[in-house]
Amino acid sequence: MADLKLRNVCKSYGPVDVIKDVSIDIADGEFVVFVGPSGCGKSTLLRMIAGLEDITSGTIEIGGRVMNDLPPKDRGIAMVFQTYAIFPHMTVRENVAFGLTINKADKATKEAKVAEAARILQMEHLLDRRPSQLSGGQRQRVAIGRAIVRDPSVFLFDEPLSNLDAALRMDMRMEIGKLHADLAASMIYVTHDQVEAMTLADKIVVLRAGEVMQVGSPMELYHNPANLFVAGFLGAPSMNLMPVEVKEVAGTEATVANASLDAISVATKERPIRTGGTATLGVRPQYLTPTAPEEGMLHGTVALTERLGSETVVDVALRDGSKVIAAIGEDRVLAPGTEIGLRFDPAQAHLFDEHP
Amino acid sequence: MASKLTQSNGAGWAFALPGFGLIAIFIVLPFFFAFALSLTNQRLISPNPTEFVGFENYRDLMGLAVITLEPERDADGNAIRDEDGEIAYPRVRTITRSDDFPEYRGMREWFRWQSGENARVVIAADVVFMKALRNTLLFVLVVAPVQATIALGLALLINQKIRGINIFRTIYFMPVVVSIVVVSLLWRFIYDGSDGLLNNILAGLTFGLFEPRDWLGETSTALGAIMAMSVWQGVGFHMVIWLSGLQTISPTLYEAAEIEGANKRQIFRYVTWPGLRNTAVLVLIVITMQAFALFAQVDVMTQGGPLDSTQSLVFQTVDRGYRKQDISGGSVISVVLFLIVLCISLLQRWLTRDR
Ligand SMILES: Nc1ncnc2c1ncn2[C@@H]1O[C@H](COP(=O)(O)OP(=O)(O)OP(=O)(O)O)[C@@H](O)[C@H]1O
Ligand SMILES: [Mg+2]
Repeated sequence: MADLKLRNVCKSYGPVDVIKDVSIDIADGEFVVFVGPSGCGKSTLLRMIAGLEDITSGTIEIGGRVMNDLPPKDRGIAMVFQTYAIFPHMTVRENVAFGLTINKADKATKEAKVAEAARILQMEHLLDRRPSQLSGGQRQRVAIGRAIVRDPSVFLFDEPLSNLDAALRMDMRMEIGKLHADLAASMIYVTHDQVEAMTLADKIVVLRAGEVMQVGSPMELYHNPANLFVAGFLGAPSMNLMPVEVKEVAGTEATVANASLDAISVATKERPIRTGGTATLGVRPQYLTPTAPEEGMLHGTVALTERLGSETVVDVALRDGSKVIAAIGEDRVLAPGTEIGLRFDPAQAHLFDEHP
Repeated sequence: MASKLTQSNGAGWAFALPGFGLIAIFIVLPFFFAFALSLTNQRLISPNPTEFVGFENYRDLMGLAVITLEPERDADGNAIRDEDGEIAYPRVRTITRSDDFPEYRGMREWFRWQSGENARVVIAADVVFMKALRNTLLFVLVVAPVQATIALGLALLINQKIRGINIFRTIYFMPVVVSIVVVSLLWRFIYDGSDGLLNNILAGLTFGLFEPRDWLGETSTALGAIMAMSVWQGVGFHMVIWLSGLQTISPTLYEAAEIEGANKRQIFRYVTWPGLRNTAVLVLIVITMQAFALFAQVDVMTQGGPLDSTQSLVFQTVDRGYRKQDISGGSVISVVLFLIVLCISLLQRWLTRDR
């Protein structure tokens, strides 16, 4: 069994702490995605798991064994890099078989394993080409093939698709999803791309400046973000965040309002929110519905509409001067300058005690 | 908006002109001059008019033949031996001065070997040239691989993230910055026969057992001494070229190899060396060219001696062309050298071509 446990893992480069006390449990066969803004330490964490970067403190366990001091090859991992890292002077076949060549596997094993990897990735016809004769997507396939041949218990991907164009990225994303279903190995996947994170992950880990912000399933994170950072980070367009005054707290509900928001009551979810204080109200653009000005809970004027065909994104300037975005699931014409009201279900709103 | 520069070729040519011009005046033109002169009997300063002599200079330079000398025999037909038991042969000049062999006229012995009772003698029209050719080829054959290998080793050593690594880079590069003439003068002291540094060190290491020798004054060590010093002087330069090659190799390739479990040797074989192919071609060609141009060391340290054991082609070119005022003779050697270098670089390009 290859479950992976990170326990209080830290990493410092000199005085700079890059990873701060990260603890994550990854079950066998799980697909875990690390997301976070650039420079938050995703790659560093992945490379520490791989053994390419040493661990300042804490432990990394794979399948019950502490891996801290083992070299990468003994950790039962395989890694796929953003820049492919396939050897330019070898054919695809030699690249895929590299690990076997290094470990002096016999010819028959080699051929069988390469054939198997090529079959899974549908690249039998590419085996005798050189990397320079391949497209970006095909190169990444070769890199994945080399990983498959290692038969690892954990696959590590560091932004494997970010050098590919949008259409190809979607194809490869589906293929990686399929690969995970086929191989049933654990996979850890670093990405910037929300769609990759949401569609592939069993579990998303949101990182910020080396700290874990929240761990959970994609829908959990989307519908129930633990903090303002996760709320603002996941979802496109990102969640509307409005400063509000807390009028009253009663049980698990707080009544909040501001100059452009009529008083509503929202669940506090045990956050320390006090009567008379301020808080931040978050509502996703998709849950805002435009109505006649007098029926709305939020009041403002249309500043800009972007019609995407299937969706219309409306920029609304609220009375207090702040802006919110509403995403309407249909094609609608809203002339800039028109007064507008916005409604939403308070159950879909989030109240945070922090301020952006 | 397309500018005039990108539309007309005139501007481009104008920019290229200074470079082209200098190359044409100082390299291309002199080469054709040399080729033309090599077909004449021109001397540096001479009252006689220049005459066209065709390829006679080339024949005089490169004439080579093997003759067989039979032993002198007594009445019974046995080879006559001297008191050391060595077989006595007729002198070579009985052939090269004889009217029976006009084709060997003027040639002299280069070297000989024994074949049964007979002696085979290689005679050359220009023995000094042949020695220069042999020395130069030997120099290239030894210096090119040795220098390239040591330079690569040093480059691998200093391509590490260690504190103070720049100090080592500077030290290894330092000999390159010093003029070869100065280096040659310094090494004359090192190789000095009576109180040279090398003799002293060797004596010290062997507790005085080592017999001091005159490194530059003996035929057996002179060329080797020049080779060693040349390798030392040039190695830093090639180290820097290797280093730049090493730094073009993507670090993720090393990481990928590490994850697959490659050891140091395998990493070198599968990642480093293939990544250095283009650099290797460059280094080899540059070293070969430089080695063929061997001159300053010889000029400063030995003047071609002792007994022509350190003659080199370029030294002979200069020696004949200027010191002996035989400008056509010097030109012939430089044309020959050009052809050799051309062939070798074509061969190297072919051997290291993209397959
Ligand atoms: N060798 C190093 N020395 C010092 N700091 C480093 C080193 N390597 C990385 N860092 C720092 O560690 C932090 C995390 O880097 P990392 O590469 O893990 O970010 P990332 O989350 O993968 O970013 P991206 O999404 O841009 O790839 C960054 O702030 C970076 O500046
Ligand atoms: Mg990264």
